[in-house]
Amino acid sequence: MKIELEVNGAAVSAEVTPRMTLADCLRHELHLTGTHVGCEHGVCGACTVIVNGDAVRGCLMLAVQAQGAKVTTVEGLSLEEGLTPLQQAFKHHHALQCGFCTPGMLTTLHALLTDEPEASEERIRDVISGNICRCTGYVPIIEAAMDARASYQQSRGDK
Amino acid sequence: MKPASHHTQNSYVGGHIERVEDYRFLRGEGQYLDDVSRPGQWQAAFLRSPVAHGRIVKIDASAALALPGVHAVVTANDIEGEIPTIPFRRPNPTIGPYAQPIIARDKVRYYGEPVAMVLADSAELAEDALGVIVLDIDTLPPVIAREAAMSDKVLLFDEVKTNVPTVFNADKGDAEAAFAAADYTIRDQFYTQRQTALPMETRGLLAEWDAKLGKLSVSGAAKLPFFNRKAMAKMMKLPEEAVDYIELDVGGGFGARGEFYPEDYLVAFGARKFGRPVKWIEDRREHLMAIGHSRECSSDVELAFSKDGVILGMRGSLYVNVGAYVRPNGMTPVRNAAQFMSGPYRVPAIHLDAYAFVSNKTPAGTYRGPGRYEGCFFIERLMDQAAAGLGIDRLEIRRRNLITHAEMPYPLATVLPSDGRAETQCDSGHHLEPFELVVKDSNWAEKAALQGKLIDGRYHGIAIGSFIEGGASGPQENVRMELHADGKVGLYAGSSAIGQGLETILSQIAADALELPMERIEVFHGSTTYLKEGWGSFGSRATVMGGSAVLDAAKKFLAAFKIHAAARLGVTIEEVTVSEGVARTADGRSVPLAEVVKDGINVDGSFKNQTPTYTYGTSFAHVAVDAGTGHVEVIDYVVADDVGRIINSMTLHGQVMGAAVQGFGSVFSEELVYSDEGQLMVGSLADYLVPLASDYPVVRCHSLESYPSPTNPLGAKGAGEGGIIPVGGVVANAVANALSSFGVKPNVLPLSPSRVWEMIEDARAKA
Ligand code: FES
Ligand code: FES
Repeated sequence: MKIELEVNGAAVSAEVTPRMTLADCLRHELHLTGTHVGCEHGVCGACTVIVNGDAVRGCLMLAVQAQGAKVTTVEGLSLEEGLTPLQQAFKHHHALQCGFCTPGMLTTLHALLTDEPEASEERIRDVISGNICRCTGYVPIIEAAMDARASYQQSRGDK
Repeated sequence: MKPASHHTQNSYVGGHIERVEDYRFLRGEGQYLDDVSRPGQWQAAFLRSPVAHGRIVKIDASAALALPGVHAVVTANDIEGEIPTIPFRRPNPTIGPYAQPIIARDKVRYYGEPVAMVLADSAELAEDALGVIVLDIDTLPPVIAREAAMSDKVLLFDEVKTNVPTVFNADKGDAEAAFAAADYTIRDQFYTQRQTALPMETRGLLAEWDAKLGKLSVSGAAKLPFFNRKAMAKMMKLPEEAVDYIELDVGGGFGARGEFYPEDYLVAFGARKFGRPVKWIEDRREHLMAIGHSRECSSDVELAFSKDGVILGMRGSLYVNVGAYVRPNGMTPVRNAAQFMSGPYRVPAIHLDAYAFVSNKTPAGTYRGPGRYEGCFFIERLMDQAAAGLGIDRLEIRRRNLITHAEMPYPLATVLPSDGRAETQCDSGHHLEPFELVVKDSNWAEKAALQGKLIDGRYHGIAIGSFIEGGASGPQENVRMELHADGKVGLYAGSSAIGQGLETILSQIAADALELPMERIEVFHGSTTYLKEGWGSFGSRATVMGGSAVLDAAKKFLAAFKIHAAARLGVTIEEVTVSEGVARTADGRSVPLAEVVKDGINVDGSFKNQTPTYTYGTSFAHVAVDAGTGHVEVIDYVVADDVGRIINSMTLHGQVMGAAVQGFGSVFSEELVYSDEGQLMVGSLADYLVPLASDYPVVRCHSLESYPSPTNPLGAKGAGEGGIIPVGGVVANAVANALSSFGVKPNVLPLSPSRVWEMIEDARAKA
């Protein structure tokens, strides 16, 4: 069956089976492989994408459920060239090693900091505890998120 | 951590350098295995044994083959002749019969063993097909526990009359005499649970067969591309040059990913037999049952002391459950546990027997700090008990026994049978230095007052312990350096990247050696197509071995540059000096590197070394235990190590921190539980509990470079594993310290809330 949705600002359509997950649709049908799949059962958070403003597990949502939705993936969070302040903060704090969990971390944090640019360290830890990183020990990820808050506070102020 | 980047040209090494890899990862542009597809590819899925031990009676795939989109079902019957077995990385005289066949033919020996492979148009269709294959197995009695296995009543391999493939002996001095002369001895039994490395990207491969050229290409290589190419070529009966291993981005390794697994052969077999690209990516449930497990080790060990707390000797037995087969690296944890149990301490007399036994569980391999984590847990638990028994302060007893700089190089025990590793000795260092740093930084003097105290409903405890980490595994590493048309220097390395920042580290070393900005170095690594031979990334070796080879190549590169420049300037080589990418004469004429592109520079560098490096360090834990729930909170954790020479303080810090937090998972929550029938009871990340962001917020790491290694020109030592090694021993001792009023002995890991609670309840019942 065919679905129509908006992905990273562009209207797209995809031919999907009823059982196809949103993550598989993005990866295999729309060739947006930045969204990763680490467990397919909703625990690791690697597949997190932003659907209508909320961080959502792409492996727990069916592609057909995304009919008409606005979806943002890690590719959509990225600039034409260079790094966003959140990405820059990750690089600066060495908040990634193998990079496999990173797209899910970035989408989760982007959704959080867009809504709550003042989020406390505890709040950030709490939200990120739904995303598994096996490499970093998380400490640098929290540091990066704390650092990136300023840019979200500013862009909220700009609005 | 050192503050912001302060590098100038030629001083990258030692700096806090942001990684070159990050850009693509942060933008979602990494290329991991499942991000790559080929037109016309088939997807593989594996039918795995649903029982731990049994005889295959029948496999009927007719219903599966009738499904649309399903092309083939491969079973042992499709393999002509003998079923190939996977070669060992470290062979020894007795393990031959225990090698893993690439598919089960008559017998299945573990839950999850591959018995058939389906090839279909998509992964979904292949998985659907698995569901309709009829698999008939006569079950045999499962051999799960140590006692059952070592009794040899039920044999896993009928042709060899024992379930014990190898017993390693670690010996030094005269242990019996040491015990006879001792004033005090302490003996106890311990257990570390079965675990796995759990990289976030599951395993996978993409194999392609070029019938015209007779060439096999395998994408998704990691850790050991060159060894695996050899193994594949041998099993496929192809010349080595006919097999390429291609590395993509790799979502974590930690010792488990990149070993040769049965599925690797079968995927390639499918590609070759059917002339189609075949891709396979496992799901998490498969991953848990099929990738190498590790760490399942029990021990009965004893230390002998003089009355003033000086260690005189160590003896005992270790028993490692290696699972159903001996995998390529399956003996390493067994051997290492025996070799490294003495760890950072001066132990003049040692006799240890380390038994490997097979069982109907998933075959084991290595996980970060293999054998060393286990050994460190055993000896640190004994050290704390000895301190109490002898009435000596826990810091003091360690000060009396830690190896000092004056004793270097310090020989460890000799382990037999030899598996080709060189004699082992600590190469350099002063173990008291990180120890005293941690004593100070942890505020031990003040915190000592908390020991065993009940504060706000929780018991507080502290502990300290030390470790050594072997690195720079030999024998050799190669690199090639080539001047590219755009004036950049291409660096082709035999080392592989597994998420540790290899590109950055090798660029730093090359940039310094060539006196060029890092931006002018391009690193290519991990694929067999770049070099004739290479080794890879294991045993914390990529920086030391690969980095030293880079130094060698850089020297040759600069020499070649001089020759070309001298020719262009019409002078002798001696009249040319080279610095910062420009060749100059005394009279002020010059040739920049980019100008000799047409002349071509292409040089090989290598580094040979059989002598491992030994990073060493100390860690401290402060915990609070809730006696009502058994929950343990880590209130503070500090680790300091000396890595000989710091190449990149940022990535080093990341390695140590990441390893420490993995260690908390080992101590508290991760366990591959089996039922008595040999069913793996852990099937998802909801029951294999790795640390989360909210679990262990406080970890502090310090790295020193006081004692460079004499074994390599960088002076560097391996540093990827040390962080995990002391966590078990130190945290268990902190818990014992907190619960000292109950007299509990946390000798069995993991210290899950239920186990801690039970220990307390047992102690209460006895009181
Ligand atoms: S892949 Fe979706 S949560 Fe793990
Ligand atoms: S960076 Fe490897 S899992 Fe997070």
